[in-house]
Amino acid sequence: MMKTISAIGGAAALALSAAVVTADPVDDTLILNEELELVTRTTAPAHVEELDEVLSGWLFRGTETRAMQADDFDNPGMIFVEKALEAWDTAEGSEGKSCASCHDAAETMAGVRPVYPKWNEAAGEVRTLEMQVNDCRTSRMGAEAWKYAGGDMVNMIALLSSVSRGLPVNVAIDGPVQSMWEQGKELYYTRTGQLELSCANCHEENNGNMIRADHLSQGQINGFPVYRLKNTKLNAVHSRFKGCIRDTRAETYSPGSPEFVALELYVGSRGNGLSVEGPSVRN
Amino acid sequence: MASGVKPRVKVPKTAAAGDVVTIKTLISHKMESGQRKDDDGNIIPRSIINRFTCDFNGKNVIDVTMEPAISTNPYFEFEAIVPEAGDFKFTWYDDDGSVYEESKTIKIG
Repeated sequence: MMKTISAIGGAAALALSAAVVTADPVDDTLILNEELELVTRTTAPAHVEELDEVLSGWLFRGTETRAMQADDFDNPGMIFVEKALEAWDTAEGSEGKSCASCHDAAETMAGVRPVYPKWNEAAGEVRTLEMQVNDCRTSRMGAEAWKYAGGDMVNMIALLSSVSRGLPVNVAIDGPVQSMWEQGKELYYTRTGQLELSCANCHEENNGNMIRADHLSQGQINGFPVYRLKNTKLNAVHSRFKGCIRDTRAETYSPGSPEFVALELYVGSRGNGLSVEGPSVRN
Repeated sequence: MASGVKPRVKVPKTAAAGDVVTIKTLISHKMESGQRKDDDGNIIPRSIINRFTCDFNGKNVIDVTMEPAISTNPYFEFEAIVPEAGDFKFTWYDDDGSVYEESKTIKIG
């Protein structure tokens, strides 16, 4: 009798050890269009104390998904970038201006995406790229503001990201933005919802592990806007924040809210050194 | 008339005679299946690309019949043998009668 029990115990232990599936990030290099090598793995910035290395979400995705992002023709996100290019050249509003009237070609915006969110001295606030776009639309073009995480806006952000691909994320965390950055950090480490999960519980302590059927990444936002295979459209970073917080079964903040701006500032700075990838391709 | 339809094609600029080249094509199209209903419960009429063809110097390479279950922005990737220099001609046929065309020249070298 004892023998039988120990045999069952042994089988159970075996089954348990087999059930622990690791989902380590792959060892791969992202080369865009066979010419531009992007940084997807680098030493963590000094202010990210709990991580040695910061890893792009690209390393946590499957072979086909990674390949899709490596070629602009295969990347469905680029269709939306093309739509934004049309908007870039289209005059709107009372001033009869388009984006191109002031900024010329969209390529001249290279280097803008990596430093946002950042402090705007004239307005005395931390601004995300979306807020800056809407400021341009309302005060310079005399046009209506776009919905914060709506289609037009996320396409435009994808265009602005696409021209900065390969440049390192470089979000400032000191000076006037520091208090908002601290607020973002607080949000990152605060457990919310019925499941009582903070961002850190999943993305800091458990990246590389499975969350049900999916790989948990570090939750870096260098690849936003993200084309998701599950909803076949571009997703804004604040929409992703909202989805994550909803999944903890909490009441979420709204896209464009001061809380999410603070969180974007903090999470953005955690990816300092990684290449801008947007529009990236994810599950 | 479906809006925002734009064909895209990627063909290598050159190939050696007899080479097999990979061709990628995509047409942005909403591919409305005809199965969905709007907020008022009315059926949204079907509007899809129903046929796609590729010809090389007048000779057919691929001819695809497409059905409503095919998702938005249909993408086709296929291979073709290039015996000589010439033009690939791509044609998409829309339910509404529109025909979208694109062509790419390939050189031997």
